[in-house]
Amino acid sequence: MSQDTTTRPADASHADGHAALGHVVPVPLLFGVLGILLVLTFATVAITWFDLGSLNLVAALGIAVVKATFVLLYFMHLRWDKPFNAVVIVSSLVLVMLFVGFAMIDSIAYQPDVIPGYSPAMGQ
Amino acid sequence: MSTHGPVKQVATYGGGPQVAGDNYLNHSRGIASWIFTLDHKRIGVLYLGSILSAFFLGGMFALLVRTELLFPGKTLMDPDRYNQAFTLHGAIMVFLFIIPGIPAALGNVILPLMLGAKDVAFPRLNLASWWLWIIGAAIALSSIIIGAVDTGWTFYTPYSTSTGTAVIAITTGVFVLGFSSIFTGLNFIVTIHKLRPKGMGWFRMPLFVWALYSTAIMQVLATPVLGITLMLLIAERAMGVGIFDPALGGDPTLYQHFFWFYSHPAVYIMIVPAMGVISELMSIYSRKHIFGYRFIAFSSVAIALFSFLVWGHHMFTSMSPLANMLFSALTYSVSIPSAIKIFNWLATMYKGSIRLNAAMLYALAFIFLFTIGGLTGLFLATLAVDIHLHDTYFIVAHFHYVMFGGTVIAFLGGLHHWWPKITGKMYEEKWAALAFWLIFVGFNVTFFTQFVIGSRGMPRRYYDYPERFATGHFISSLGSYVMAVGFFVSLFCFVQSLYRGRTAPANPWGGNSLEWHTQSPPPHNNFDETPLADDPYDFSQWKQASPAAGYVKVGR
Repeated sequence: MSQDTTTRPADASHADGHAALGHVVPVPLLFGVLGILLVLTFATVAITWFDLGSLNLVAALGIAVVKATFVLLYFMHLRWDKPFNAVVIVSSLVLVMLFVGFAMIDSIAYQPDVIPGYSPAMGQ
Repeated sequence: MSTHGPVKQVATYGGGPQVAGDNYLNHSRGIASWIFTLDHKRIGVLYLGSILSAFFLGGMFALLVRTELLFPGKTLMDPDRYNQAFTLHGAIMVFLFIIPGIPAALGNVILPLMLGAKDVAFPRLNLASWWLWIIGAAIALSSIIIGAVDTGWTFYTPYSTSTGTAVIAITTGVFVLGFSSIFTGLNFIVTIHKLRPKGMGWFRMPLFVWALYSTAIMQVLATPVLGITLMLLIAERAMGVGIFDPALGGDPTLYQHFFWFYSHPAVYIMIVPAMGVISELMSIYSRKHIFGYRFIAFSSVAIALFSFLVWGHHMFTSMSPLANMLFSALTYSVSIPSAIKIFNWLATMYKGSIRLNAAMLYALAFIFLFTIGGLTGLFLATLAVDIHLHDTYFIVAHFHYVMFGGTVIAFLGGLHHWWPKITGKMYEEKWAALAFWLIFVGFNVTFFTQFVIGSRGMPRRYYDYPERFATGHFISSLGSYVMAVGFFVSLFCFVQSLYRGRTAPANPWGGNSLEWHTQSPPPHNNFDETPLADDPYDFSQWKQASPAAGYVKVGR
């Protein structure tokens, strides 16, 4: 059944049929992925025992990205979905990068003008 | 072209007497049959009633604001009440009225009909969306009792984290309203992908459907960011997490980035469905095939994409010069797809057989007012000029020309256009036209004056003003009263139509999109047989039998 949904030619002209049940992921695979996620969680903690300087952040976020990818592929069934759904998720990530990227460009550019710790209206 | 099998059967609806008895309005009775209905048409009517109530409330706050500004000094209320009045006017109009306005009210009724479908893809999600609107509205409006918010509708930090008013209540309400909007968008995307009838490829869809599709993409992609923003604001206020507080390593400008990353697409969530309505009206009332179909369709999508790239133009005075330059350049690019639409509509009218009824008057007013709104945006996108104009009445006038002159006018046009389909009643053209002229003249008197006083330096949101702005403010307030009278005439016109209006034929205007292929008002299941889609802008097969019988289908 999973093969059907992945190999069926895309029909762009009008609505196509929809399987009554979604793809069923085998339970051992789900637990396998759970195991990987738990191991990676320990890895996130373990990596804080070493001082890698600014690389600590990169390592933590790198592990988080790998974990998120596993969740998307297996728990959210993206591996068996139509490629269109992957396009949707990737384009939403592009939007996140766009948002964070522009905000960072702005924030870095005005940093020289910021008075450290100065906030007239806040922090009563 | 397409085969004519099912069309023949449909033609009896188009021209003949009404199918006796059953329609969606009288299909079942009792309040529960309405507020728990899964029928998209009833949900659309519920939304229509809800958003019009919100519009009335927001309008009352607008009149309070304009009355306070009628003369210099105190006229009606003290400065704190004034701050609350303009905040509530903005928040109610944006979150409760304009954003759900066209998609949730008109779109809900018309979209499945245009697709020849029996309902939207997820009717329960649709009902949940309306209930979330009600719950969100109740939470947001409870802030009026707890302590009406005085931050302006944008809830900018640092003021919103330090004011004593009920910021958490109203933002929680807006958070819930966001989910209502996401549900509608999600539902429409799936509906348009999955429920199109035979014969309706992507480029046979009515342009209103294209517009709703583009809108739905923005609703689904942008609204979660509003949720995140408001959650962060609530966390900042309740727990002092320090995301936006520089004393704790935060950055207040970050709030503006977050807020406008949603709220700029939200501007297009308001205007794109309005443009979809105008595409329908222009073609039908010019009795001419829409000009440049693909360009109009793709420009909706282009606007949706561009909408995510221009949020910085709301914060030119708080950003770095580098980001300002990038956003200024990107902002100019949005004018291209908007202009494509305007020129295609004008070309549609060229040599058309134009019918100047109320709906078309609104459509023409849209072009006039939206063009003024759009072109004054160019001044604001120009960095050097924006330094002078930002936070003045010039910008108040600019966005009212876009949001009111664009979206609300198109909403009214669409409401007049589909009113016979929704209610099964015709309205009196003379009352509708009178209301139109009052609204149109009142609007221009109110807001064109504000361009003038704004460019001369009158700041927005100020309680008081020097003598030299007194005449401008006085004229502007008078205009708002004329507009208010216009809306009451319009209300009278619609109420009168419900009680006294003559029965509407299936196709009073001669449209060819599928909603005109069923009776007015449509039966509970919309179509007995799924109709076959045809070119929605080919009107050659419809001829007017008589004004009372509307248009009937004739052989070609």
